[in-house]
Amino acid sequence: MNILTICRKEMNSYFRSPIAYIVMALWAVLSGFFFYFAMSFFVQRSIESQMMGQSFPMDVNEWVIRPLFSNISVIGLFLIPMITMRLFAEEKRSGTIELLVTSPVSDLEIILGKWLAAVTLYSCMLGLSLLSIGILFLFGRPDWKPMLVGFLGLLLQGGCLLAIGTWISTCTRNQIVAGVAGFAVSLLLYVLNWVSEFGSSASDKVIGYLSVQQHYESFARGVLDSKDVIFFVSLIFVGLFLTARSMESIRWRA
Amino acid sequence: MIKVEGLTKRYARNVAVDNISFHVEKGEIVGFLGPNGAGKTTTMRVLTCFLPPTSGSAWVAGFDVQQQPMEVKKRIGYLPETPPLYPEMEVIEYLQFVGRLKGLSKVELPDRVAEVAKICAIDDVKYKLISKLSKGYRQRVGLAQAIIHNPDVLILDEPTAGLDPHQIIETRDLIKDLAKNGNHTIILSTHILPEVEATCQKVIIIAKGKLVATDSVENLTSRLRGSETVAVEVMARDGSADPQPVQQRLEKVSGVSRVLQKETADGRLRFIVESLQGRQIRPDLAKAVVEAGWSLNELHAVGLSLEEIFLQLTTSTKEGEASAEGDSVSETPAAAVHAEGAQ
Repeated sequence: MNILTICRKEMNSYFRSPIAYIVMALWAVLSGFFFYFAMSFFVQRSIESQMMGQSFPMDVNEWVIRPLFSNISVIGLFLIPMITMRLFAEEKRSGTIELLVTSPVSDLEIILGKWLAAVTLYSCMLGLSLLSIGILFLFGRPDWKPMLVGFLGLLLQGGCLLAIGTWISTCTRNQIVAGVAGFAVSLLLYVLNWVSEFGSSASDKVIGYLSVQQHYESFARGVLDSKDVIFFVSLIFVGLFLTARSMESIRWRA
Repeated sequence: MIKVEGLTKRYARNVAVDNISFHVEKGEIVGFLGPNGAGKTTTMRVLTCFLPPTSGSAWVAGFDVQQQPMEVKKRIGYLPETPPLYPEMEVIEYLQFVGRLKGLSKVELPDRVAEVAKICAIDDVKYKLISKLSKGYRQRVGLAQAIIHNPDVLILDEPTAGLDPHQIIETRDLIKDLAKNGNHTIILSTHILPEVEATCQKVIIIAKGKLVATDSVENLTSRLRGSETVAVEVMARDGSADPQPVQQRLEKVSGVSRVLQKETADGRLRFIVESLQGRQIRPDLAKAVVEAGWSLNELHAVGLSLEEIFLQLTTSTKEGEASAEGDSVSETPAAAVHAEGAQ
């Protein structure tokens, strides 16, 4: 109940401020751009293969959906810090955190409310991509189940970066610092699998395993692997746990 | 209603609140008096469960702030120094949000919002964005927020800071009205003495983190009114700017303990005159000036500044003449650790 109250208030301020519209517009433009080029490439290849005399049809899922999902997960890296940077930093700066903390609401409810609001806004962004994917259904008959898995992957990856962004936002009262640090951490988490590509020691593998990209890749392919789901869910948990600890320290330091 | 025992709050390098104990009965309005950085805000934050104390304990409505913070939070309304407002919300939305946050049910909510909007006189700005409100309205919205769940205890941190005189009077009246029905126990912090006189029944004075005195307002003011401080402005008839003869004449008036010379401009000679304990010196001063043939431009009693009160309170303890009815008067704060910047 309290979670919903806080979630509602956060949604309210997202849509009262330009943030919601900016991130949604940027997402629409960038994901539309990626979609357009995935489509163009697909059309070109299918014309080529017809000219070569190949008779078997090309798979839309393989040639459009998969690269599209791989690409648009990158947009999230840039936009997710914009969603989370204000969550706690602004409340700390304006002093409204005192209202929340002295109300009969637990820290967990505050954190979950805010995180859920961020996830909801992120889902709205993903919803925009449904439009372009819908176009595929007008002209073809792609398999919808891998798409669903792809969206689930985007949602899980977003949820975990949002949780980490929320944590970073509790560490500062400056929104820009929270945004930049959130972006840096997201990017780092994304490219950590490079470590395991070059090195093969046990520590390299462990670090590489922490990469968000590596676990997202199977979702983009349309494969629902419990190990990847567990990875994302536990990372969400870690992010929210760190947020809770950091919030406790606000009280000690304030 | 509120009990504080041996409360200490220590930060990395300084002690913000040092071993403070006091209690407040149900229905009382208590003024929390002290200069900036004295530890007022810190004490209030401990009472509202925002800060955990380093040692000591505090109870609000019978609940320990550390053991049962949820129960305490339900019974407390808190207005921090800067009202915790969301500028992008409308006033009514904000009050609804806080009401829900404080646990009001769907049924009670509209009635309570309407009621506090009426009490705090913010009905006419209900649908305005908070970012568009003036300072006075913001303060009132902040107060409305604090009382929306009809709390047993109200904690107001400098509720009149930054308001114009008219708004200050309105706010004080509002606070007095809230306490009238005896349902609210109110603690308000301030560094302005007249404010305490105007609204509170009891005063808790702290300085540099230490408790200096807790007393009723009547006792405190009568003790302070013992001596009088008067500002005098005199113009010599021949326009001479020499303050010496005037000062000597004023010093001769019976009951005067000290005459301090202030700045002089255009032949206006200004003095601060202090009286002995329990002496009314203004009539005699006026007479002396007029009889000497000078013109009397100005003569008025000066309120005592907070520093002087502290001085008086602490010196009176040193001399061993503890307050007549005072609950407790602790040792001088001179040895207290500095607590600047602790708030």
